[in-house]
Amino acid sequence: MSYRIRSRLVGWCFVITAVLLICLFYFWPMIQAFNLSLKSGTGTNLQYVGFDNYKRLFTDSTFIAAVTNTFIYLIVQVPVMIVLALILSVMLNDSRLKFRGLFRTAVFLPCVTSLVAYSVIFKYLFAPDGLVNLLLMKLAIIEQPIGWITDAFWAKVTIIMAITWRWTGYNMIFYLSALQNIDGAIYEAAKIDGASAFRQFTTITIPLLRPIILFTSITSTIGTLQLFDEVMNITRGGPGNATMTISQYIYNLSFKYTPDFGYAATVSYSIVVLIVLFSILQFKVAGDRR
Amino acid sequence: MMARRALMYVFLGAAAFVSVFPFLWMIVSATNPSVEVTKGRMLPGTHLAENVTTLFRQVDMVQALANSFAIAVATTVLALAIGSLAGYGFEIYRSRAKDVVFNVLLLSMMIPFAALMVPLYRMFAALSAKAPFIGIDTKASVILPTMATAFLIFFFRQNTKMFEKEMLEAGRIDGLGEFGIFFLIYVPTMRTTYAAAAIITFMTSWNNYMWPLIVLQSENKKTIPLLISNLGSAYAPDYGMIMTAIVIATLPTALVFFLMQKHFVAGMLGSIK
Repeated sequence: MSYRIRSRLVGWCFVITAVLLICLFYFWPMIQAFNLSLKSGTGTNLQYVGFDNYKRLFTDSTFIAAVTNTFIYLIVQVPVMIVLALILSVMLNDSRLKFRGLFRTAVFLPCVTSLVAYSVIFKYLFAPDGLVNLLLMKLAIIEQPIGWITDAFWAKVTIIMAITWRWTGYNMIFYLSALQNIDGAIYEAAKIDGASAFRQFTTITIPLLRPIILFTSITSTIGTLQLFDEVMNITRGGPGNATMTISQYIYNLSFKYTPDFGYAATVSYSIVVLIVLFSILQFKVAGDRR
Repeated sequence: MMARRALMYVFLGAAAFVSVFPFLWMIVSATNPSVEVTKGRMLPGTHLAENVTTLFRQVDMVQALANSFAIAVATTVLALAIGSLAGYGFEIYRSRAKDVVFNVLLLSMMIPFAALMVPLYRMFAALSAKAPFIGIDTKASVILPTMATAFLIFFFRQNTKMFEKEMLEAGRIDGLGEFGIFFLIYVPTMRTTYAAAAIITFMTSWNNYMWPLIVLQSENKKTIPLLISNLGSAYAPDYGMIMTAIVIATLPTALVFFLMQKHFVAGMLGSIK
């Protein structure tokens, strides 16, 4: 056997386990999910119904609520978090700043908690008789406790605050490492030309960080579209369906209500479609403009 | 100028305070009885020992810690082995066909777990009848689907680009086989890459919630996140005890973070190099 062929075969030996496992646990289930999405029935008693499940999506009020909620989280939370993370990273990149390490560690700290652990902490902090209401009332900012968990509007706010708390520091680290690679001379030149700090931020920092901002906004979007742990542990999707997400709805359809695996698989395809659409959109908005 | 700097410190101070506050509250609450926590006590108390005793009496914390630990260690070892072999293979034995396969594997990163859980559950439920040791409610069923991730393959491939190819030739001249080179030269020289990958994988597994929630059904199989979630949904929660449980659950990951912050960040940033 020639060296070339032998070397190629050896190469396949290195990668084969991973390739097979990913096919088995990612691609094969996706094919099965599509097959399932064409069936309906309860438990293991399933019949082919064609695209009926997909038609059902458009009249299913719980599904529409879940998609709407997910979009609200996405549109409000992702931009707020990215702007916050950018501001923090620019501040922390300032070499004259005192206690830099301390600030950086503090802002990054939420990343060490598990999603379930911090969700439970937030649930108690924001409970009707929780510490947040207690403090706000003591400071006379509010008179009545706010229904952080029990009110349809505030429950969404609580979820958004929770996710922002958990992930801002994570994104900040990406920006900070990118900022450290920018040549300081660019900023010096801008300063000599009389550019204000704000102008430097919008005309130097943002354009240079564009690829990494794109990367973080795509990963955050994918994360938010799959939101589950937080909603499950802070609000259980309630009140009503006010904070329900698509992932939680799939879970409920499969494991909480009488299992309807066919329809659950249909709903799960909607997340895949959304992820692909949003990723393309973000590439279009932030990607090509060079 | 002075005012702007002052404003910056105020902003950073506020951000740091908000970030750290829930941790402080968690630790302080773990030392207080439940009544004091509901009253909003913000000072350390003397109730820690009682909270720990109640916790270990009420739930099988030791069992849950052991389950989580066994699953996280097994997942980390297997995922690192599989991921690094593949990342190395894709980079060192590069060919057009392999690059196509690699790009297809990367697509799996776009697949949300929510879309996989139903078919995966059915797959493992079907296995339960034929091979109960890897079916529903086993550690294997938690580990198997998370053993190979496109992220780790990508991470190892990116880092392999910095591995000096001369060492391959040196190994071949010394008469090592291709796998010998991998195990005796590559693995030892890439220690920091393995450390970063290990931290990320361990943390992900330790904190995994959705899949274990679906497959682990017996009380004695439950992992830490499942136990915390159960405690958190109690009708009349014992706050002091629950906060103690969360402190214990967070300790391993917090320790990893503080001892190996550099590797931790390297692992995170690995995906964008």
